[in-house]
Formats: sequence, C-alpha cells, structure tokens
Amino acid sequence: MTATQEPAAQAEIGRDRRRKEDQRLITGRTRWTDNITLPGMLHLAMVRSPFAHARITSIDTSAAKAGRNVVTVLTGADLGEAQGACINAWPVVEDQVTPDHLPMPTDRVAFAGETVAVVVARSAAEARDAAELVEVDYEELPAALDLKEAAAAHESGGTLAHPDLGTNVTAVWRFDSAEAGTGGDVEAAIAEARDSGILIEREYRQQRLIPAFMEPRSVVVDPTGEQITIWSATQIPHILRFALAATTGVPESKIRVIAPDVGGGFGGKLQQTPEEMIAFAVARRLGKPVKFTETRSESLLTAHHGRDQWQRLTLAATKEGTVTGLKVDLLADLGAYVAIVGGGVPVLGAFMFNAIYKFPAYQFQTTNVLTNKAWTDAYRGAGRPEATYAIERLMDELAAEVGVDPLEIRERNWINHEEFPFTTVAGLEYDSGNYEAATARAKEMFGYDALRAEQAERRARGDKVQLGLGVSTFTEMCGLAPSRVLGSLNYGAGGWEHAEVRMLATGTVEVVTGASAHGQGHETAFSQIVADRLGVPFEDVEILHGDTQISHKGLDTYGSRSLVVGGEALVRAVDKVIEKARPVAAHLLEASADDLEFSGGSFTVKGTDQGMAIQEIATAVFAAHNLPDGMEPSLDSEATYDPVNFNYPHGTHLCAVEVDTETGQVKLRKYVCCDDIGVVINPLIVAGQVHGGLVQGIAQALWEEAIYDENGTLVTGSFVDYLLPTAADTITFEIDHTTSPSTTNSLGTKGVGEAGTIASTPAVVNAVVDAVRHLGVNDITMPCTPERVWRAINDGSSGGETTEAAMPHFDETEGGVQ
Amino acid sequence: MARINLTVDGSQVSDDVEPRMLLVQYLREQLGKTGTVIGCDTSNCGACTVHLDGTSVKSCNVLAVQADGAEVTTIEGLAAEDGTLHPVQEAFRECHGLQCGFCTPGMIMQTVDLLKDNPDPSEEAIRLGLEGNLCRCTGYHNIVRAVQHAAGTTEGASA
Repeated sequence: MTATQEPAAQAEIGRDRRRKEDQRLITGRTRWTDNITLPGMLHLAMVRSPFAHARITSIDTSAAKAGRNVVTVLTGADLGEAQGACINAWPVVEDQVTPDHLPMPTDRVAFAGETVAVVVARSAAEARDAAELVEVDYEELPAALDLKEAAAAHESGGTLAHPDLGTNVTAVWRFDSAEAGTGGDVEAAIAEARDSGILIEREYRQQRLIPAFMEPRSVVVDPTGEQITIWSATQIPHILRFALAATTGVPESKIRVIAPDVGGGFGGKLQQTPEEMIAFAVARRLGKPVKFTETRSESLLTAHHGRDQWQRLTLAATKEGTVTGLKVDLLADLGAYVAIVGGGVPVLGAFMFNAIYKFPAYQFQTTNVLTNKAWTDAYRGAGRPEATYAIERLMDELAAEVGVDPLEIRERNWINHEEFPFTTVAGLEYDSGNYEAATARAKEMFGYDALRAEQAERRARGDKVQLGLGVSTFTEMCGLAPSRVLGSLNYGAGGWEHAEVRMLATGTVEVVTGASAHGQGHETAFSQIVADRLGVPFEDVEILHGDTQISHKGLDTYGSRSLVVGGEALVRAVDKVIEKARPVAAHLLEASADDLEFSGGSFTVKGTDQGMAIQEIATAVFAAHNLPDGMEPSLDSEATYDPVNFNYPHGTHLCAVEVDTETGQVKLRKYVCCDDIGVVINPLIVAGQVHGGLVQGIAQALWEEAIYDENGTLVTGSFVDYLLPTAADTITFEIDHTTSPSTTNSLGTKGVGEAGTIASTPAVVNAVVDAVRHLGVNDITMPCTPERVWRAINDGSSGGETTEAAMPHFDETEGGVQ
Repeated sequence: MARINLTVDGSQVSDDVEPRMLLVQYLREQLGKTGTVIGCDTSNCGACTVHLDGTSVKSCNVLAVQADGAEVTTIEGLAAEDGTLHPVQEAFRECHGLQCGFCTPGMIMQTVDLLKDNPDPSEEAIRLGLEGNLCRCTGYHNIVRAVQHAAGTTEGASA
C-alpha cells in the first residue's frame, strides 16, 4: 500500500507521443507476410488471363509440371469445391444480380488478370518460370468495357460481362426524401427552379483509381498444425476467417488468420482475395506450407480498384442561391464481380451528397453495373469522396451562377452550429459540428482575402499564369457502423468492435483489440487511451491485434472506425477492470467501496492519503491470497461495443493553384485545412493521417487514373504508367483543428483516416476551374492533366475523355525505342 | 551458379547464386535481410534502396553477382552496434515520417545518401532527392520534415 501518487505530469490524451511501432520499422525488424519462411514451404505463381473476357477451352499443364522443381500445377477443376468462393457481404437490394465468383474459374474468365491455374514449386522463381509453360487455349468473347454502354446492354442488346445473367445491372438502389419522410419532393423543387430559380445540371466523372498500398499483397498458409494458419497482408483478418470457413466448409475454429505487419491498405486490403483462397486450398491439398506474393504489376492488375462512377446531378436553387433540392443519378462500375462490399460503396455515398447543407429535398439513385474489368471496392473514403466531390463542385457552380464567393454560397446553405444535433434530408442525425468556426480558421490560415486580391490583379493584367482558389467544406459519415443500420441496408454483418484488457501479474497490461492496424499507429494511440483511463504508464501497455487466436473477436479496420468504435470498446473494457478492482481495493484498504475514489491509476480512501495503485491490485489478484469472499481472481475484462450512430467529422479545405494558361500545367501553391475531428488523442498521428489523405485526394484531382484499352487490357499496369505522386509533386501543408466533441462516444473523438482524401479532391479541382473560369471553363475532367486543362481553355470543353492508351513507350513511326 | 563474396552490414558472406538473382532477392531470400523490401517490379518505388559501396542503389536494379566484392549496407546495418540509431532513423521517428513503414527502409537509406551529398538541402532539393522513393501513407510532408530535422535545419515535427 502506498500513499497517493501524484497525477501524471502530462495527460496522455492530446499528447504528441512518438510512435511505439517505429523502433522496429526504422531498423528493419519487420514481419511483413513475405518475410515469413517456413520449413518445406512451397511457392505459388498464378497463371493469369490476358483476355478481358474469354472462354477457357483447354489448359495443358504438362510442360509446366515438368519444369525444374515444380511440385504440381492445379486448375480450378482440379481444386473443385475446395477452393471455396469469394463472397459478397453486401447485396444492396434483395434481388441483386450477383455472378458466382470462384477464386479460379473453370470455364470462363471475366477480366484480364484473372487466375486460371496455379503453379507450385520449391522457389518463387521456379514457380514463375513454369507459369510461362502453362498452355491455355482461350476463345475470346466480346468484353463489356464502357460503363454507360454496359449499363444499357440489356436493353440495347449490347455486350454482357456475364452472358448468362442477361444484364450487366446488378442492382438499382434508390433513396427519395419524400418517400422516406425526411424531406420534400425533389421533382417539384426542380420544376420550380427551372421556372423561376437556378438549375445546375452537370455530369461528372469519377475516374477509376488503384489503391496502390506500398506492400504488395502476400499470403502464407501453414496447414501443418491443428489449426490451419494463414498470414495475410490484409486489413480484415476476422472477416477473412469467416469467409474461409463459410465457403470451404473448414470449421471456423480450425482457422487462424494473422495479419502481421501490413504495409498500408487504404481499403485495398479490405477484401477476401482469390489468391488467399487459392493458397488456402493448395496448402490443404498438399499438406505443406505455401506462400504467394504478388508482383506490383499483378497488384495493379488484380487487387481491387476504386471509384469509377458517372454522376448525373441536378441542383435546384432559388435565384439567391438557397438550395431547394438535389437529385443524384449514378452509374457505378463494379468491374467483373460484386466484391465483398463493392456494391455498397456507392450506397455509402448516398447519405453524403447533401453534405453539410440543409437541403429540403433529395433523391439518390445508383445503378450498379458489371463490366469486364478488375472489380472495384473500397478505396479510402469509399463512396463519400465521390459524393463530396459532386456536391462541392456543384456549390462552386451555384456560386458562379449567383455571382457570389463560393464560401458565401456555402454559408447560406450550411447547418449552423446552434442547430446540432441535426437530422439531415438523408435521414442521418449529425451529433455535433461547427462549420463557421472551421471555415473562419481556414480562411485566416489561408490568407483568403489577400489571395482573392492577387487573383483579381493577375486576371486584370492578363497574366499567363492564373491563380485559382478552391474550396471544399466537407463532412463524412464514418465509424462504421451501427449494426442495426447495417442490417436495414442488407449488409451481411454488424459494425461493433471488441476489446479486452488483461492485467498481468507484474502490473503491465495487455490490451487486445479487434481493430487491425496497417500503418495507423493503433499501438501508440490505444496505449495512450488505456494509460490515461487506467492510470498506468504508457510504456506498460501492450496493444495486441491482428491475430484471430489472440484477438478472437473483431471486425477489423476500415471506414475510419478503429478509434471511434474500437476505442470506445477499449474505454468500456478498461472501465470494467476498474470496477472489478474496486472491491479488491476496498478489501485491502479496509474501507468501504463507496468511500473509494479512482484517479491517476490509484484508488484512494476519500479524505485520507491512503491508497493503492491498480497495478498493485493486479499483483494481489494474481496471488489471490487475500481477496473478498467469492471473488473471481481476475481483473481481466472485455467489452463489445456497437455504436449508436455514425460519426461526423468535418472541415474546411482551401487550395490555391497556379495554372499556366499556355501549357495547361497546374502547380499547387498553397493548401490549408481546418478539420474538426472532435477530441484528438495524438496530434502527431492525426497530422500524418491528414497529410497522407490529402495527397491521395489531390492525386485523384491531378494525376491518377486506371486506364483500360479497347481490348480491356489495363495499360496503367505498372508504376511507370500509374502516376503515384512523388515528393517532388507535392507541397508542405498547413493544417489545424477546431474541436466539436462527438456526443456519441465517451472520448468525444471522430474519425480522421479518410478525411483528407474526401475533402481534398474537390478543393483542388475547384481551384483549377476557378483559375480559368473567366476563360469560359466550368468543368475539367479528372485527372486535370495539362492536356485536359489546355483543351478546356482552348475549346471550352471539360478537357476530353480518357484516351485508351498509356504513355507511349515506343515510337511506332520510328519502329524503335524512343 | 556463380560464387560471390561480399560484406553485408559488416559481415562477410559467401554464396553461390544464380546469375539472374537480384541483389534484393539475395538479401531477403538467402541472407534473411528482410528489412529490405520489394515494392514494385519496375524500379520506380525505391523501397529496396540499400548502399552499395556507400552509394544508394535500388537493390532490385542490381544483380547479386554485381555486388561481388562490394560492401552493402541495409537498413539493418545502419544503427550503431550498441543499438544507437542513426540520426536519420531518429529523425524519421521524431517527425512521424513513417506510417505503415514499408517504404521506410528505402526512404531512410536514400536520405542518408542525399544528406551525404548535400548536408544542408533546401526543401526543393529534398523533394527532388527523394523523387525515386514512393510513399503512399505520409503525403511526404513529414518525410521532408524528417530529412530537414536530420540535417539540423528544423525543430522536429509540428502536429
């Protein structure tokens, strides 16, 4: 028993702790899946279809089987039902048309890159050598590639991605505020605006993107234990275990999935992949550990892509710029299969087109379409960047039409801070926010008025380099998600999260979370939360995750959920530990439990200096020599938390670009943002999340696009052609925060992982358009390449559609290498 | 097979390798130096950057046989023997210059070389000097801060 400890000098919450994870990562002591080597391990290489759509007429594996150190070559027919299936967890409508998705199809391939055979050899190099020897005969079929044509194919007699389905449309999902009782009739609002107000009608393209996490996906399967162990570079070890069990017949209790160090995901590793299923089946069949690691080219070709929508938008407003209605009609390209949550991505966007505004009427419809391209699914923001882009671009167009500053038009329509909690026209209840405060701060950081003055001056003197200012006032729904809401949307699982706190005998603490980090810094931020609430030193907390044998329960990491859902589970588990410890403390201090106060990690008897630290109590409980009668000798506690609401971070982002009107070159000049993400646990980690998010969003605006040619071949299939930004392309950002604590979790936190990406894309494109609007431009298609910007300036178009070609590597006229 | 003799992170090693084996494959598969990673197949990403006789190279762009007789330093050999971190390693941690950590070995090795050539680089020189190393997590902001910090030109991270 000790006297009361002084409270910690510095609160853990809000402290810019350097990360616990870094010591290993900066010294190369890492556990990437591809690092794992097991005795007798065999290596896999995939034989992939070069055709976007083709019937497999024969596969001759004999030459490959004779290859050096080849163990076997297997096809889908060889593996049969053992290969399981790739699941769709979110059929967005009851009658969704969902093509079967075998990891290795037996008769027909539906996109270029799909696996048709797997080579197993003693080394990865030998497996790849032999993969070249597998002879596959294909009968090429017409491929459905263009999204708009594919959407109409069942009526026009056009090409079908899966001929036996009779249509490319998998689902039509609709929301109408009048029908839902959350708002008025959008058609009436449109009719009125057409007659006596302002009607903005636009069609925007959300180009196809590739998540392009830095660590290529890798999977190791060891079938030699009582549980089959799978290491995978995945965001979703728990969901993967479920899918393996559900589709292969192997009992869930016989499967252990480990996500060791995972090198980024951004939604791209939120998938149950064919490669994981094939590796699992091969390992079981051979009884030997196997490993498959994709090349970067394979990753770009076959790991799921993101975005890829056409958005038809109608915004109705009064002449003064008050919005009276918004109608959204999407076409969403799901690619060749309905991925695990692929069909749900546009539906997640459905609730966000109304953004921070008080629109009285709203209608949303998405038509989800199959094509013969790589499947699409979550990519950082998943549905919400698309929605935010559309509305923030439209608000700028409305401002231009009314003839006022873009920030003024937003202010006329946004929810005032006194109006929270606010139920939106999409039926969500926003718990807290202050758009005025975030915008005021962002304007101040930006030097908004001075930049507007400079813009006017440069316009007046006809500078060939024009300045453009772009605004994005975003909000998002994150913290996925209340299980009941997911159920009402026909999602196949819940949205809770699990945590467990183990008080070890020596006083250190093991904390288990069902969230599964892949670069976010959970070990650090979660340690801060536990250290703060339990009053133990930060260094005494160990965060365990990403292994279903340790973390038996969880729903993993995506949708900015780890802190706001997983963190709340953690808080509740810690609180249970404290409540379990209270009677022990009372017993040992010979006091009444009612007379005890817990603070700074110790129970003290009110009005005395007598107290006992929780770490001492843990030791006493371990010994169990002197506990209250009938008490279980354990303080360990767990909690499973189902959120009551989504979580609504917001922010104001301001971007300045310089556009060379002679070349179309866009140069970032300044980017500031003020995000309101509630209470911040670790400002350093938050800043990193914002910076990284910003660059991914900016990259959509300016550089990145996955392009297929007319045969359905991905021509941006390497880092030579897919333009990931480099340090030389980007700038230093200025970020800050306002704080409107969330009212739906104990810590008042909001998600931050996706914020930067959601907000930045429209800020940049608004800036580019703003720079050249006086030249008659009101839209430029993303990515805003110099060519597109130049064309827009010169012919008043939006810059033209994507041409189906990559950067030329060869000069065909010369017939040689350039 | 060809016999190569080289020094890796201070230890002499000798192996028979296939002539086509890349240095990064040799480091990872034969020596277990898995701190050095492979991020692409077109030498764009720089995740595999190591020092070959004191100069940064993308080890996916060098054959193992080309390293015969050379001295190779990987991320695993950068800290002092007593575990004291190299100032660049320390700077990346201090400035939160990494998130998932996959590009980090390459970023750190490239930064060490960059600062050797130019101990007092401007922000532009840093950005150009790291152009061959891709990162998808940080947006490069804090990587640039880390390089400046290592060069002694800033006070560490600002949140």
